[in-house]
Amino acid sequence: MDILSSLMDGFATALTPINLLYALIGVILGTAVGVLPGIGPAMTVALLLPVTYVLEPTSAFIMFAGIYYGGMYGGSTTSILLNTPGESSSVITAIEGNKMAKAGRAAQALATAAIGSFVAGTIGTALLVVFAPIVVQFAVSLGSPSYFAIMILALLAVTAVLGASRLRGFASLGLGLAIGLVGIDSVSGQRRLTFGQPLLADGLDIVVVAVAIFAVGEALWVAAHLRRTPLQIIPVGRPWMGKEDWKRSWKPWLRGTALGFPFGALPAGGAEIPTFLSYVTEKRLSKHPEEFGKGAIEGVAGPEAANNAAAAGTLTPMLALGLPTNATAAVMLAAFVQFGIQPGPLLFANEGPLVWALIASLFIGNTLLLLVNLPLAPVWAKLLRLPRPYLYAGILFFATLGAYSVNLQSFDLVILLVLGALGFMMRRYGLPVLPLILGVILGPRLEKQLRQTLQLSAGDVSGLWSEPIAVVVYILVGIILVWPLLLKTWRRARPRQLAAVGTFADSPLVDGPLADSPTAARSTAHSPTAADSTAARDRQAVATDGQENADTHADTHVSNGQEKQ
Amino acid sequence: MSIIVGYVPTAEGAAALDRAIAEARRNQSRLVIINSSRGDALVDKRYVQAEDLNAVTERLEREGVEHLVLQPVRGNDAANEVLEAAEKYRADLIVIGLRKRTPVGKLIMGSTAQQILLEASCPVLAVKAGA
Repeated sequence: MDILSSLMDGFATALTPINLLYALIGVILGTAVGVLPGIGPAMTVALLLPVTYVLEPTSAFIMFAGIYYGGMYGGSTTSILLNTPGESSSVITAIEGNKMAKAGRAAQALATAAIGSFVAGTIGTALLVVFAPIVVQFAVSLGSPSYFAIMILALLAVTAVLGASRLRGFASLGLGLAIGLVGIDSVSGQRRLTFGQPLLADGLDIVVVAVAIFAVGEALWVAAHLRRTPLQIIPVGRPWMGKEDWKRSWKPWLRGTALGFPFGALPAGGAEIPTFLSYVTEKRLSKHPEEFGKGAIEGVAGPEAANNAAAAGTLTPMLALGLPTNATAAVMLAAFVQFGIQPGPLLFANEGPLVWALIASLFIGNTLLLLVNLPLAPVWAKLLRLPRPYLYAGILFFATLGAYSVNLQSFDLVILLVLGALGFMMRRYGLPVLPLILGVILGPRLEKQLRQTLQLSAGDVSGLWSEPIAVVVYILVGIILVWPLLLKTWRRARPRQLAAVGTFADSPLVDGPLADSPTAARSTAHSPTAADSTAARDRQAVATDGQENADTHADTHVSNGQEKQ
Repeated sequence: MSIIVGYVPTAEGAAALDRAIAEARRNQSRLVIINSSRGDALVDKRYVQAEDLNAVTERLEREGVEHLVLQPVRGNDAANEVLEAAEKYRADLIVIGLRKRTPVGKLIMGSTAQQILLEASCPVLAVKAGA
């Protein structure tokens, strides 16, 4: 089937007035939750899932796509105006963006972020159109063993590469996989983790789990840290850019896109690494290196583009393989299942019109974002003056309503509270939420592939590596697991390099402009260098202790940043 | 002897501060400046940030007024913070800024000033902006 004509059909579906309206609602909601630190698109999609049961799946996904891109965009506003990154992928934006705003160039910073997001989002979506069908062609030939291996890779990569502490990441992943196990085993009919409770036999509803972890957990956390010294917001008018700004921005936009998309598209995807790489690249290539750290426009343009291109890239494995690598994509995958749509390589073949309408709506959503956000930036900034008790009361109300409406049984409310308490404890002890959600959503699918593999090989374990692709992927998995050990021995062998790596970790982030804000501790913890460097990890440990002792909690929002995507 | 002033970075707040400084100088009494926020929103424009606060303290030092600046963020209303400080520092005068309001506006909006006027146990001086 011709890709272009399918895409045009998609546009025809997405451009109907009612779908345009849903796209607009999605974009506005997405930006709003992106602006507010602590709540993000993943939570919003989870909260809206029960509401959207009455909608056509296509309309629902068009709205979700708007929320997804809007959330990416909204985070930059908070980063620039408040120096409180709403999500981990905006941490880098805050470095230069906030300095620009303090120097009276907030309008230009917002403009380059918005236009860069638009450019990167559009190019990224175009790349998605090109690459997703290719990946599908490749994926259809994959057997269960390869699938199983790729899923393992995705889970491990998200857990081990992103985030600061591997131990915490794996603990969270373990929790998620355990929650995913609850219910009757589909092959043997055995009850697992049901504790003799017949209501648990069907397993835990993914909506209830997601809403509990994201919404209830965050609400409890905020309630526990409600009072804080108000921050200063930098007043801003309508974003605009001068000729010089355009000249300095367009190359970083394109470079950021080129960095962001591939990282997003990898099963190990994430928006943090490419934003960081983009920042470093721009710093090196800039004709004004002396401006970095004082508000260089390139340092906003590049990372913002990278972050949006990565968001588009993440949709490639999500749509082509049924493999989400960030929280919003994971919840969207759960939404596919709720609507009775089977995600995986056959998605394009079976649900072609829906998928292409979704992709077309990404283009439309991106354009809407630019049109809506350039004039509305001052309004979004006002959103931050909302007293949070009202906000979280509303969120809790919707969470309860949503959890109850899924199955109309009050037992789900008990689960909501229990898992909400779990979400709170995870935030309290710095466990990332993303591995848990991925574990819950991918766990049962992972198990299915494992079962199929073992059935095909008649129970022989060697069936797991019976396909060449599986072998390659396992080698990658091995590298990811052994990498930090290798790095450690390598450093011990060459202490001088260690120093070099150390300063590298120190210079852009740890001692960067963020370091004087309370968010610094957590933001560095999420930086890619911190993940690689033991020195930085030690610092992170200190930072975490600091968080537990001091009752500052601006860190909340960055620590939750990762799952916000 | 002390004078309490509820300060917010607005025209009314500035008028109240001006008057409070004048009163403090005349009576040779200590000036206690209260600027509080409930702290439940991420951004509160009525909460004075460090830079503006420095300007205020510098001015007080220049004018030679004995002063104390408090910025409680405890989840209480501004009125309660002012009243509590008035009690604690044994105020003999509270100075507050008032907004011009129509009777309908008064009906809709609850008033910090009204609570202070009704509940304070010492004289309250209410100043309007530009007066």
